[in-house]
Amino acid sequence: MTVYIIRRLMQSAVVVFLMSVIVFFGLHVVGDPVYMFASPDAPQEEIEKVIRQFGLDRPVYEQYWLFLKGALSGDLGRSYVFGEPALKLITQRMPATLELAFVALFLAVVLGIPLGLYAGLKPHSSVSRTIMAGSILGFSLPTFWVGIMLIMVFAVMLGWLPSTGRGDTVTILGIEVSFLTLDGLSHIFLPAFNLALLKISLVIRLTRAGTREAIHQDYIKFARAKGLSTSRIVGLHLLKNILIPVVTVLGLEFGSLIAFSVVTETIFAWPGMGKLLIEAIQTLDRPIIVAYLMMIVVVFIVINLVVDILYSVLDPRVRLRDQTV
Amino acid sequence: MTAISENHPIEATGGERVDTPFRRFAAEFFESKVATGALILLVVIVLAALFAPLLSPQNPYDLAQVSILDSRLPPGEKSMDGYTFLLGTDGAGRDLYSAILHGLRISLSVGVMSGIIALLVGMAVGLAAAYWGGRVETVIMRIVDLQLSFPAVLVALILLTLLGKGIENIILALVVAQWAYYARTVRGSALVERRKEYVEAATCLGLSHNRIVFRHILPNCLAPLIVVVTVQTAHAIALEATLSFLGVGLPQTEPSLGLLISNGFEYMMSGRYWISFFPGIALLLTIVSINLVGDQLRDVLNPRLKR
Repeated sequence: MTVYIIRRLMQSAVVVFLMSVIVFFGLHVVGDPVYMFASPDAPQEEIEKVIRQFGLDRPVYEQYWLFLKGALSGDLGRSYVFGEPALKLITQRMPATLELAFVALFLAVVLGIPLGLYAGLKPHSSVSRTIMAGSILGFSLPTFWVGIMLIMVFAVMLGWLPSTGRGDTVTILGIEVSFLTLDGLSHIFLPAFNLALLKISLVIRLTRAGTREAIHQDYIKFARAKGLSTSRIVGLHLLKNILIPVVTVLGLEFGSLIAFSVVTETIFAWPGMGKLLIEAIQTLDRPIIVAYLMMIVVVFIVINLVVDILYSVLDPRVRLRDQTV
Repeated sequence: MTAISENHPIEATGGERVDTPFRRFAAEFFESKVATGALILLVVIVLAALFAPLLSPQNPYDLAQVSILDSRLPPGEKSMDGYTFLLGTDGAGRDLYSAILHGLRISLSVGVMSGIIALLVGMAVGLAAAYWGGRVETVIMRIVDLQLSFPAVLVALILLTLLGKGIENIILALVVAQWAYYARTVRGSALVERRKEYVEAATCLGLSHNRIVFRHILPNCLAPLIVVVTVQTAHAIALEATLSFLGVGLPQTEPSLGLLISNGFEYMMSGRYWISFFPGIALLLTIVSINLVGDQLRDVLNPRLKR
């Protein structure tokens, strides 16, 4: 197992390195950020000043070498727009994104599991059919359009919930959070629900499939024969067994929640990392784009590794081993 | 397949229909009312996209036909020269119904094009992995696994950040984001087929690798592939719309459904819902109908579910 983890870490390092090469050199083909910050008819010396300031007067490979040296000591360059370290800007925005993702995950569990259980226990009732039709719709609806429609109905037409920003925040352990104030909670609900929609559908399907399979197994029949109440059978015996796949899948999906938050944050003007990325793409703020992409690659590699290791801990039948190359 | 069905395609004895594999397949497919409805809807959508220039009352991108005075009219309003805008107009005074038909054309062609290219790439790679095995397979499947551990939207977003806007770029990004799904599917079923006796027989007959792979193994892998094609095409259409909405996909000169929705977003706050709402409905109907057809195809083509 230790050997496996070491090898995986080495492979991950190679992937991160390759990604940095692709992203860095790829970005230098697109557009010229200089003219985003100096007007084209500015005097030549001013344009050259901007070029020197960004370090763009050096050849690309030298720029990459400087970036790599900086990256190893935790410096991913300075934002062209804000003039601050890119990593600092991203870590400042990270709590907002993580909060959104966690609330979405919470909604997926709290709404998805009961609905899935119901649909699994009474597969032929009309309520169950409605739930399943809803979950198909949840899979098909494009996230961004649902977000726009949520704003239209709840913010514009009904005026119940605000549609932009984080609202009032409270600082806990140095991190600002929205979900502990009433105003913050009203701000986070729509974006979190929007982000959660796909995952709710997924959890409903997983829970329903698990329930329908488990309900015919011997331990359930035995529990029934013992005369246990239905709520105890479902709440204890059944739920415990169907939770394993649901938890694994949700763990794996957490990364995709962070990826999709780019869309949700743009719609709801939620001040997280995703919105920062989209703004950076529009202004060609290369250091931010590179830093964000590198960070998200690392996050994904870590999530995948943790899930693989947890899997082998939870289920002893799974053996982690190297496929021989 | 059989000589009988070719010579007497419609009727055999006593008016009974000859049972060909295709007919059995069709009969099973149409058993589901929902799937039949979805298929009809899908055909209507595709036809509408194909004949958009004929069906739309206005060419929304011909400046001579569009008047800025007609901008942001709600559904049902009349234009300056008496024409009724069924679905209203957008910020530039374009008839939304015409704009949706044209947008559908762009969305569908981007989705289908990227789907076909990704299918071809994934199929070639997957077949190569399954047939050659060994090192080739290990390397290919490592790359596939690595890519599948990242969400498609992220892969496409990274690529488009690097490539910039444009119709070729978005097709390329969608292909890169999706080929791995096809490769995995093809490899999976090709691995099963490869071990079967008919492949062994073909090898013994001294047939060439190409012939064995393309004429013997590939046709037997098609069923799961068809299902993946439908699902992934729906995905590609949704992905293109999302990327265009984020401003990294198509340029304003190629107004797909995603861009129409995006353009309507700024009018949302003032209650002009229709500019985003109707293109979204068109997008939704397209994706749902493809998904429903795909679902039914999966059930019909899956031998494990055969009664």
